[in-house]
Amino acid sequence: MSPINEAADRNAAPLAPGETQKLKFYQKGTHTVGNRLVDVDDRAVQSSLDRSNALTCGHRACQGCGEALGARYALDAAMRATGGNLIAVNATGCLEVFTTPYPETSWQLPWLHSLFGNAAAVATGVAAAMRVKGRSNVRVIAQGGDGGTTDIGFQCLSGMFERNDDVLYICYDNEGYMNTGVQRSSATPPAARTATTPAVGDEPGNVFGTGKSVPRIAVAHRIPYVATATVADLHDLERKVVKAMSIRGARYIQIDVPCPLGWGSASHDTIRLARLAVETGFYPIFEAEHGKVTAARKIRKRTPVVEYLKPQKRFAHLFKGGVEDPRVARLQAMCDANIEEYGLVDHHDDDV
Amino acid sequence: MLKQIEGSRAMAEAIALCRPEVICAYPITPQTHIVEGVGELVRDGHLKNCEYINVESEFAALSVAIGASAAGARAYTATSSQGLLFMAEAVYNASGLGLPIVMTLGNRAIGAPINIWNDHSDAMSMRDAGWLQLFAETNQEAVDLHIQAFRLAEELSMPVMVCVDGFILTHAVERIDIPDQADVDAYLPPYEPVQSLDPKDPASIGAMVGPEAFTEVKFLAHYKQTHALKLIPEYARSFRDRFGRESGGLLRGYRADDAEMLVVAMGSICGTIKDVIDEMREEGFKIGLVTLVSYRPFPLAALRDALARASDVVVVEKSFAVGMGGQLADNVDGALRNLPVRPRLHSAVAGLGGRPIPRGSLHRLFRQALVQPWEGVHFLDLNERVIGREIHRTGKNRRSGPTAENILKQLAGGRPAEQGRPG
Repeated sequence: MSPINEAADRNAAPLAPGETQKLKFYQKGTHTVGNRLVDVDDRAVQSSLDRSNALTCGHRACQGCGEALGARYALDAAMRATGGNLIAVNATGCLEVFTTPYPETSWQLPWLHSLFGNAAAVATGVAAAMRVKGRSNVRVIAQGGDGGTTDIGFQCLSGMFERNDDVLYICYDNEGYMNTGVQRSSATPPAARTATTPAVGDEPGNVFGTGKSVPRIAVAHRIPYVATATVADLHDLERKVVKAMSIRGARYIQIDVPCPLGWGSASHDTIRLARLAVETGFYPIFEAEHGKVTAARKIRKRTPVVEYLKPQKRFAHLFKGGVEDPRVARLQAMCDANIEEYGLVDHHDDDV
Repeated sequence: MLKQIEGSRAMAEAIALCRPEVICAYPITPQTHIVEGVGELVRDGHLKNCEYINVESEFAALSVAIGASAAGARAYTATSSQGLLFMAEAVYNASGLGLPIVMTLGNRAIGAPINIWNDHSDAMSMRDAGWLQLFAETNQEAVDLHIQAFRLAEELSMPVMVCVDGFILTHAVERIDIPDQADVDAYLPPYEPVQSLDPKDPASIGAMVGPEAFTEVKFLAHYKQTHALKLIPEYARSFRDRFGRESGGLLRGYRADDAEMLVVAMGSICGTIKDVIDEMREEGFKIGLVTLVSYRPFPLAALRDALARASDVVVVEKSFAVGMGGQLADNVDGALRNLPVRPRLHSAVAGLGGRPIPRGSLHRLFRQALVQPWEGVHFLDLNERVIGREIHRTGKNRRSGPTAENILKQLAGGRPAEQGRPG
């Protein structure tokens, strides 16, 4: 048992004789106690002493960084799935910068950073080298933020998809260019304030009717596997990574990773916000195979979008002076459309 | 084996003899026949154990090569002109990461105006990117330089660009000696990377480096290129020993020993210049040629020694820096800088965008350098009448329209647009 687990044990309320511990945890992957109580097969890799710590401690991510959390779980799951035969290619961005301040590195797997916009192509090259060297058991992950994925790296990404190269591309989507100081990306949601969509003027924040859904575009490439995931459900994230690593060809996972700095949220709210993004329908969590959506994660407790927006300063202008901006209703309609499209709520228990 | 063969096809066969393991292909004129050629050699089984990847852009082509090379595979790609510019960020990245990628550059002009024909603007745009740049004079040398390039690249852990004149070399069908596989195998050992991505020995490659070490990293890149100044002639000698012909090296002279006037040039134009030199020698002119093969590293000392005894040096180059002059002339100037008595330097730009460089024009140029030397840069066969008219026309009218189209119209005998609405 690790020291962390012992600490958790000490803090647990003592049980009366004969009492069975009642645990309610949505996110069993995130809680050490949950990990120990579920079946061995269902435990998150982080609860194991054998975890690979592909992204180990000492890096310079901000407190509450969703991307660091998502990357650690995604890569550890992939390491487990491949028996450690894994190479990561990283786009320029926060993840690259905070993990490799020269001469240190937090990566405990072979890791290559080339440029901002070419991670998918570089990963194609690594995979080709492994094939030609007779080492196809060594698998390749490319990873980057939404800027490196949905914008500057988009052409290389589409090329990698189209050729069905044997690469899993993971996009850590924090909905903006956070590394350069929170500017708009094509993944920034409508109305969100960024440094290039400031909260001033008649329609403060990011413009409605812009942006793109790269998961849907990935699905349109009919690649073998596409999934969205969230750091609010690390267990689901791990499952998807493991599934992706069981498949050959181009695969894409996009993970919603809240950014306290860019979103103007409290560091301790990262998981809560990620969960609210799911529960409001703001960030639909689904899987697709060969061009068809095969599964969607149901909303457990349907929540109005205001609950998601209010804790974030990037949406604060929508509630200025205690008056709700009419655009909140547009955001709600967007969530409702997601819920409808992906069937995120079973209609018999739809009580909102 | 002697073959009557297109230059591009011959280069493709030479590249295949080097056993590249990953080839990234994206077509662009005039390089296209090379990647088509290697593609066919992969498909028909001549080149075994090779991944041939059809990418979506030149940026991806070099990026795939970067990944492959970092993972320990021998990687090759080719491009030209706009393609080189499109991959520019990756060009610097490949050298910064010390990856021994070999790339053919089918030299072509850069637009706008868009132009598919030969000059050296593309190579010059990346002259400071940290790659070795070798210029082939003939298609035989183009073939041979590729074989030397892989060995140089891998010994130095530096990428090498083999520059071949578009169309003039890439599309010329001529007699070329294609080496035997056994000889190439003996000359070029298997690629042994200094570092590669390997789960058994995980390393982080491409980390951020700050002011505390960036200068030293860059200095070491420069140091490697300085070392290449020794390796390039050495590998050219061992190439001659195995294949029985002179190819490569830093530079070579033609009737240079007693020459009072020395021409400096790179690439296929050297053939025409040699003919002109022969003709002028008949007339008693003591003129010779220094063919520069290695532009990066730039052989300052070797060039200085080669030019020191001449009284006049004429640099003929197919590129220039707008607002400055010829890049090659500028570099030659640097080689002559510390000579106690230095030759006069004459800079000429010729053959831009595929303009022919006829012998007659070169005759006039070399004579003019002797009797009526010019200041700055001279543009060979510049149509001064057209220039004068265009300057006059654009000076008359603010909305004067596009220059390129109006010049074409003028040349075709039509009247250039006066009201800014050509057509």
